[in-house]
Amino acid sequence: MWRYLLPVGIFGVLIAFFFAGLGRDKQTLPSPLIGKPAPEWSLPRLDDPTQVISSKDLAGQKYVVNVWGPWCVGCQVEHPELMKIASRKAVPMIGLTVPQGALVDKQGEPLPLEDVWSEMQLGLRWLRELGDPYDVSVFDQLWKTAIDLGVYGAPETFLIDEHGTVIHKHTGPIDMAAWERDFLPKIAPSRSTGG
Amino acid sequence: MRAIVVALMLVFCVQAAQAIDAGPAFEDPALQARYERLGRELRCLQCRSETIFDSNASLAVDLRRQLRELIAEGKSDDEIMQYMTDRYSDYVRYKPPLAPRTVLLWAAPILLVLGGVGVAITVILRKSRLPEDDPVDPGLGAS
Repeated sequence: MWRYLLPVGIFGVLIAFFFAGLGRDKQTLPSPLIGKPAPEWSLPRLDDPTQVISSKDLAGQKYVVNVWGPWCVGCQVEHPELMKIASRKAVPMIGLTVPQGALVDKQGEPLPLEDVWSEMQLGLRWLRELGDPYDVSVFDQLWKTAIDLGVYGAPETFLIDEHGTVIHKHTGPIDMAAWERDFLPKIAPSRSTGG
Repeated sequence: MRAIVVALMLVFCVQAAQAIDAGPAFEDPALQARYERLGRELRCLQCRSETIFDSNASLAVDLRRQLRELIAEGKSDDEIMQYMTDRYSDYVRYKPPLAPRTVLLWAAPILLVLGGVGVAITVILRKSRLPEDDPVDPGLGAS
């Protein structure tokens, strides 16, 4: 009897495994940065590359870093939601603008500002035409800070606390539901999130 | 005709040898070998089933550049792997580290082979105990 039941049993276990696997989100990878200090960065402003903004300027407060680029389709999807989120003014929002890939020459050396400027203009035009949800935007020409943050596909949104610790990461387009569910409770743990 | 075939084969050989970069990244062959080995151990997270050495996704290009810089700075293999996993978790490694939660993963091939050998031995022993004059299916021998 059992030699007939055994294959059926194994089949059942396999089906249970596969069924559990169906519901799992395999696109979103866990970030090893959660609970760790955010990388330090120091990047030129998108609208004025002569001015440099660094993570030290933002220390002592909670803030959001949104990694995006004018080439990125998901960022277009996310943009109206980001505008709504920004209008609530819960925390400062930093726009980390990235090109589609590091802007370097064939030897791997960074391209000079005059060759990068047109790329920055694309970002600025986007913000001018569609609206600017950011308190300040910086430009990561070399993907240095993006790689330090473990970005593997824009848009990604990080929440950083007063001590400079990464406390949440959202991969992919963010929306109001994700904001209220995942970000707001961490921004104001004591207050109700009804706002 | 033969010359054309040989020429075509040579062309494909060259592409396979040069891989994805336009040229070698390092003049020192030892460094170049390290660069290629590490590049084949790192996963491109934009195109999950390719290494950063197989992919031309922008993230793979950027991570190759980062890898070149780290090697040029004189970082050791362990330091480079640590740099990558600090940012992209163990998922970035094609060879997962041997840790308590990956023991089953590493042991799976051995367990499967042992299981298969066990089943084979049982079946062979049982068959060998059957009588020699095992009745043959009459439908097969009749020709």
